Amino acid sequence: MASAAQSRIKSISYAKYGYMFIAPFFLVYCFFQIWPLIYTFILSFKGNQSNNEAFVGLDNYTTILFGQGMAAGAEATRQEFLQALGNTFILWFGNFIPQILLSLLLAVWFTDAKVKLPGKGFFKIVMYMPNIITAASVAALYVSLFGDSEYYFVNSLIANMGGDPVKFVTDPTISKGMVMFIQTWLWFGNTMIMLMSGIMGISPSLFEAADIDGANSTQQFFTITLPLLQPIMVYTLVTSMIGGLQMFDLPYLYHNGSNFSKNLETVAVYIYYNFNKGTVEQANYGYAGAASIIIFAITAVLGSITFYMNRDKDEIAKKKQRKRAEKQQKAKMKQGGGLTI
Amino acid sequence: MSMKQQYGAQKDSYHTQIMIKSTIILIVCIILTLICLIPILILLVNATHSHTELAENPSQFWFGSSLKENMNILLNKLPSDAGKAMTRVARQYSSVFNVGQGYLNSLIIAGFTTVLTVFFSAMTSYGLTVYDFKVKGPAYTFIIAVMMIPVQVSSAGFVRFMYSLGLINNFIPLIVPAVAAPAVIFFMKSYMKSSFPLEIVEAARIDGCGEFRTFVTIALPMMKPAMAVQAIFAFVANWNNYYTQNMILKNDKMMTVPIMVSKVLQFDKNVNYGVNYLCIMLSILPIVIVYFVLSKFIIAGVALGGVKE
Repeated sequence: MASAAQSRIKSISYAKYGYMFIAPFFLVYCFFQIWPLIYTFILSFKGNQSNNEAFVGLDNYTTILFGQGMAAGAEATRQEFLQALGNTFILWFGNFIPQILLSLLLAVWFTDAKVKLPGKGFFKIVMYMPNIITAASVAALYVSLFGDSEYYFVNSLIANMGGDPVKFVTDPTISKGMVMFIQTWLWFGNTMIMLMSGIMGISPSLFEAADIDGANSTQQFFTITLPLLQPIMVYTLVTSMIGGLQMFDLPYLYHNGSNFSKNLETVAVYIYYNFNKGTVEQANYGYAGAASIIIFAITAVLGSITFYMNRDKDEIAKKKQRKRAEKQQKAKMKQGGGLTI
Repeated sequence: MSMKQQYGAQKDSYHTQIMIKSTIILIVCIILTLICLIPILILLVNATHSHTELAENPSQFWFGSSLKENMNILLNKLPSDAGKAMTRVARQYSSVFNVGQGYLNSLIIAGFTTVLTVFFSAMTSYGLTVYDFKVKGPAYTFIIAVMMIPVQVSSAGFVRFMYSLGLINNFIPLIVPAVAAPAVIFFMKSYMKSSFPLEIVEAARIDGCGEFRTFVTIALPMMKPAMAVQAIFAFVANWNNYYTQNMILKNDKMMTVPIMVSKVLQFDKNVNYGVNYLCIMLSILPIVIVYFVLSKFIIAGVALGGVKE
């Protein structure tokens, strides 16, 4: 039984403070995120350039997806968008696969108690370092090192060894490969540390038992580490995919001169380029909006996967328990009522 | 063969196996370390060479003596006997890459956003942990649901909206949205769940402490570890944020470091390789120094983010 004082404290409602504490977040979020999102949605149904205010229905969507629009050059617009979508996927895939393999290998090595590795802390620090460097500067640095002619670092080395200059920046395939490499360079340290903390969360007794039973490292990896690492792997995969959809700084800035490279145009670059075209009033808001909404739909699907994984499991269990308790009580009351009659 | 001999030999071979494996791993790690460090080292080396030296031999491997000269070009402090061409180069670079102004602008944006993000995220997660109210569950679900929405998705509407409010070339659209950081709230809420006893709030109430004061004087100090980690990440993310800044800031006086670097990259006339490298170096130097000072802490923070079941 609760004492009188306790029940009095309980009777004071603190609910209003809860609202007060979370209010700033929701106000700011609605103003700077939700409304712009809705506005983008509205813009996706409006015209482009001088036709800015007119309502055009699904015209922007049919233009960028099927090339059937009212505006001239609909087919070219469609091709550009699909090219950007394809580039985004290629660039993401090409950096995710090497990145996850390398990170997984390193994470397993770094957490293996049997391996004597001096300077483990130092290696971790250096491998994570690229991740904190400004992506714009990284793009500038790599363009300065890998420029097309022999006036740049790498090509001058190639020329000294008697080779022809390689077009690291302008060649469609090689430049894509470079962006994949740089993305991997930027992110493998981060993924490695995430996976390491996942592996360290696995009970060491499992590995010890496997050791005693004579399983070698490969067997241990495939039968213990990998299955137990699955949730965090899925998490890494989905966050990386969503991150890949936003890939902007590097593909946008990895070029010579003043125009971005069409070979590296991702969806984010496409959106940015379209709403920055011309003056602020005259930009291609319609195409940019439609592309944004398509990306939003893809993200929503991907996000809901992680959402189900990030659910507060304790809270859900509690809720279920509460419901069950309520049901039981109700059933009891019914029973009790039945008895008294 | 005695038992000891037999097992001794096996033990030896086991040891050599481990030794070989460790050596291979060490070699791979050293190679990866070099791949991570070499671009940065070349950057440092090349920033100390003059344009003439770099044009003659772009692959320099040791420090030169022209760092000061490059710096003078960047700051437009040329000696009076400098040629016309040099003056043109200096004017071009100094007009775009204004080091002091850039650092100041980036610092203002990153500093304010960090404070706002950390304080308001702590506040929101405190509200969601300590109090029981009707929309608590849906509110938290909402925060998790929107965590993954990329900025690019709403940026077209964002720019147009800011334009209609007259907030282009203003720091407000870059700073105030930091109040709402869903991912940080998610992190802080899980931190509070594991290491913030709610009895403390009850005790403070009994002692007559107001709700907001309880949060500021009791909860905030207890959340210091989580806040420090998130502060570092927020600072780095905002210092490096090129996308939003480039969208909003069009005025030369308001440029931040990443925008200035991207502008330098776009020169196609009067390019000076040495000064180019110097600009890139200056743009990453502060963040690299901060990183090496706080690296242990940062790595621990990343690892915390990875603990998910």
